[in-house]
Amino acid sequence: MIFLWAFLVGGAICMLGQIMFDVFKMTPAHTMATLVVIGAVVDGFNLYEPLIKFAGAGATVPITSFGNALVHGALTELHTSGWIGVISGIFKVTSAGISAAIIFSFLASLVVRPKG
Amino acid sequence: MLRGKQTWWFESRPVIIGAATVVGPDEGEGPLAADFDLVHPELDMQQKSWEKAERLLLEQASEFALQHAGIDSSQLQFFVGGDLLNQIISNSFAARSLGVPYVGVFGACSTSMETLALASLMVDSGAAQYAMAATCSHNCTAEKQFRYPTEYGSQKPPTAQYTVTGAGAAVIASSGSGPYVECATVGKIVDLGIKDPFNMGAAMAPAAVDTIQSHFNDTGRTPGDYDIIVTGDLAGVGHPIARDLLTRGGVPIDNTDFNDCGLMVYDVKKQKVQAGGSGCACSAVVTYGHLLKRMRKGQLKRILVVATGALLSPLSFQQGESIPCIAHAVSICAGGEGA
Repeated sequence: MIFLWAFLVGGAICMLGQIMFDVFKMTPAHTMATLVVIGAVVDGFNLYEPLIKFAGAGATVPITSFGNALVHGALTELHTSGWIGVISGIFKVTSAGISAAIIFSFLASLVVRPKG
Repeated sequence: MLRGKQTWWFESRPVIIGAATVVGPDEGEGPLAADFDLVHPELDMQQKSWEKAERLLLEQASEFALQHAGIDSSQLQFFVGGDLLNQIISNSFAARSLGVPYVGVFGACSTSMETLALASLMVDSGAAQYAMAATCSHNCTAEKQFRYPTEYGSQKPPTAQYTVTGAGAAVIASSGSGPYVECATVGKIVDLGIKDPFNMGAAMAPAAVDTIQSHFNDTGRTPGDYDIIVTGDLAGVGHPIARDLLTRGGVPIDNTDFNDCGLMVYDVKKQKVQAGGSGCACSAVVTYGHLLKRMRKGQLKRILVVATGALLSPLSFQQGESIPCIAHAVSICAGGEGA
């Protein structure tokens, strides 16, 4: 059953992006940033974690989960380290994703040359 | 000689003594492949950058055009060229290799007919004996400049158009054999407020209609006087709009073969080109490759090419401005045919 919910929830998030792109004529960058903000706001209401429990990768793979991770990290650190945690916590949870992007981009640039 | 409001009539009949086209792989898979002088199998053409590849296309097309004209670059007096890149670098760099007095122009995708009209005016007025008109575009340089980096792989709506990779050049002379340039109607800017750069055909259609109507008003002609009238790159969305606007304006456009270079250069149903072709090279390769060859075979006597251009810049688009559009029409006649 989780597979079906992952498919439906993940698909619905992607459909939201497609509507922003095609109907509201948003640029790819605006579409992505808006989805990140939506994920962050949803986590602010404590609703993203239940969505992940419900739909698994359907909620963690789309870019909205990045917004969720930013807020989640900040709030978790706020409780353990105080106000400074809001700053330091943002990158604790997301560091794996950001580092992976940098490292794999670097490795790819050794093999192929981006032509723009 | 000015006729009417905005049409130059070339009394001395400047002749296109040589023309050439060079294209990329997608155009080579299209229905007009046999009409091009050279088809590159790769988009990069073994160059280090897309810009260098675009420049190479132009250099090769001008070289072939000179060969077909049977003259040497030292005999050529002026080179009139333009392209889509910032500061029209493809033409300026190609002009550096050519070593000929150079007039750079910008008319976006209308450049093909803008340069042909200017080169014909030079020859007709006696300012030159031999002048070359040339233009080029490359799919990847245009994507990079006007849309997104090529490796970004951004989605495109079906109204978007596919920039033609290619170059076309024509040598105009005061005498010689070949089709001659009869007249040219210079268009004015028409902007009806369309802001979507992925729907340029619809934005440019009113400009094409304005120039076609001005051409008929100035010359007293009707569509039936032409064997074919082609627009530059209105493609699948813009061309039917232009036909509709002309019909509503009382122009009997159905009396001629009314087509569009952007629909002719590709097999729009089979190739992944969205609404059809666009770019400076679109009307240039169809006119200098396909249409002039059909003229030489005697299949066409008189044609009107209405090259359309969307004169936006990436900056004007980002600042939310609408797209100013233009179209220039040039009438070309088969040699020996009276005006």
